[in-house]
Amino acid sequence: MAKAETIILNQAGITRAITRIAHEILEINRGGEGLALVGIRTGGDTLAKLICQRISEIEGVDVPLGTVDITMYRDDLAARGSLPVGKTEIPFPLDDKKVVLVDDVLFTGRTIRAAMDALMDFGRPSCIQLSVLIDRGHRELPIRADYVGRNVPTSLEEQIELLFDEDMVPVEVRLIKP
Amino acid sequence: MAFRHKHILGIEHLSAEDIQLILDTAESFKEINSRDIKKVPTLRGKTIINAFFEASTRTRLSFEIAGKRLSADSVNISGSTSSVVKGETLEDTAKNIEAMAPDIIVIRHGHSGSPHYLAERVGCSIINAGDGAHEHPSQALLDLMTMREHKGSIKGLEVAIVGDITHSRVARSNIYALTRMGARIRLAGPGTMIPAGIEKMGDVTVFNDLRDAIKDADVVMMLRIQLERQSKTLLPSLREYARYFGLNQENLKLARPDAIVMHPGPMNRGVEISSYVSDGEQNVILDQVENGVAVRMALLYLVSGVDAILAE
Repeated sequence: MAKAETIILNQAGITRAITRIAHEILEINRGGEGLALVGIRTGGDTLAKLICQRISEIEGVDVPLGTVDITMYRDDLAARGSLPVGKTEIPFPLDDKKVVLVDDVLFTGRTIRAAMDALMDFGRPSCIQLSVLIDRGHRELPIRADYVGRNVPTSLEEQIELLFDEDMVPVEVRLIKP
Repeated sequence: MAFRHKHILGIEHLSAEDIQLILDTAESFKEINSRDIKKVPTLRGKTIINAFFEASTRTRLSFEIAGKRLSADSVNISGSTSSVVKGETLEDTAKNIEAMAPDIIVIRHGHSGSPHYLAERVGCSIINAGDGAHEHPSQALLDLMTMREHKGSIKGLEVAIVGDITHSRVARSNIYALTRMGARIRLAGPGTMIPAGIEKMGDVTVFNDLRDAIKDADVVMMLRIQLERQSKTLLPSLREYARYFGLNQENLKLARPDAIVMHPGPMNRGVEISSYVSDGEQNVILDQVENGVAVRMALLYLVSGVDAILAE
């Protein structure tokens, strides 16, 4: 059976969402002072880099940028087995930083739980905020995003896919119905 | 790709892709060792028994630390303080360990093949931490990780392995691993310590002279003269060995200027390696030890998730 695919965001839409999120982050935190961005592999790290560039263009500040791989903090080793472990790179102290976690799609919230546990192992941020490009609902944990590109109501059977080109620039978000 | 080995009995059973995955995983885990809080919850609730029936400092400590940094419970037993001295057989010891429901048994044993023997008789994963003169897979993997770190890639490297090849499980595992990853191997040692037909293991050339083996090599790996496995008939004297097969400042100059010097430890300073070399700029011996923890974390992690992958 052919799968029905709908484009939710095109490249221009993604760029606008990232620009708006960058503005919101600066507004809520009153500038870039004490901020840090940490993207969740894979997908969130690319978005974090774009948000970081946009913040630099808007405010002229360079916000420290890190990436976190949450494989070591997963809760489903027994069910899904040993998935490849990516690199975590947080080359700055997290203590007393306002950390914005960046992910592509917010779904059950379990990835975010794992990412927060990882951050806590690196230091003691003054707060952790969450930015996602797509919030598709179906939370299994009490987690919500502070910055959302687009809210997309979905059924559990549907899939959300963020596509990148060869240069890792996000070009499209698709909703795939089974 | 997914890792599909329940046991790590030797490099012989691993493909190039398996080795690549282990090294990549180890590289990711390595970062944990430089954190303030050197612990991740990955293997919470898993029990690992380190059963060492033969002397070891590095490997046992390394496996124990690797398990602990992944939040597993590591417990050690050693031959000299266990019921083995009261005459219990290896199989009985293993069955009794198994009754306490461990997830992984890491075993070092003086007899080649003991880990394989256990793998057929117990339900949990077995990791070979050195069996007699057979294999020492985690050592070869940490050696490859160190070579990759310093040289970028294993493929095409000229690796000289010098010493008692016959009795060396480190050499055997390294020959399997390096061959699989496309390195060229040169072996050197006294004729009594080079097994006949070893060239058939891969891209292996045997030299009688240390200087020929290390000429233009990218990596010089010195093996320990294993006094405990040695009979006097193999070696006239340590002094003679040091003179003909010891690595010193002079003969190291024959290797490439950027060559790295490796040794699996423990070193016999002044026998197979001079202190000038073992403490010199080209030595990466402590990098090997550091990478050992990361490689063992990778092995423990990969075998722990294998049941789910094999069930698919």
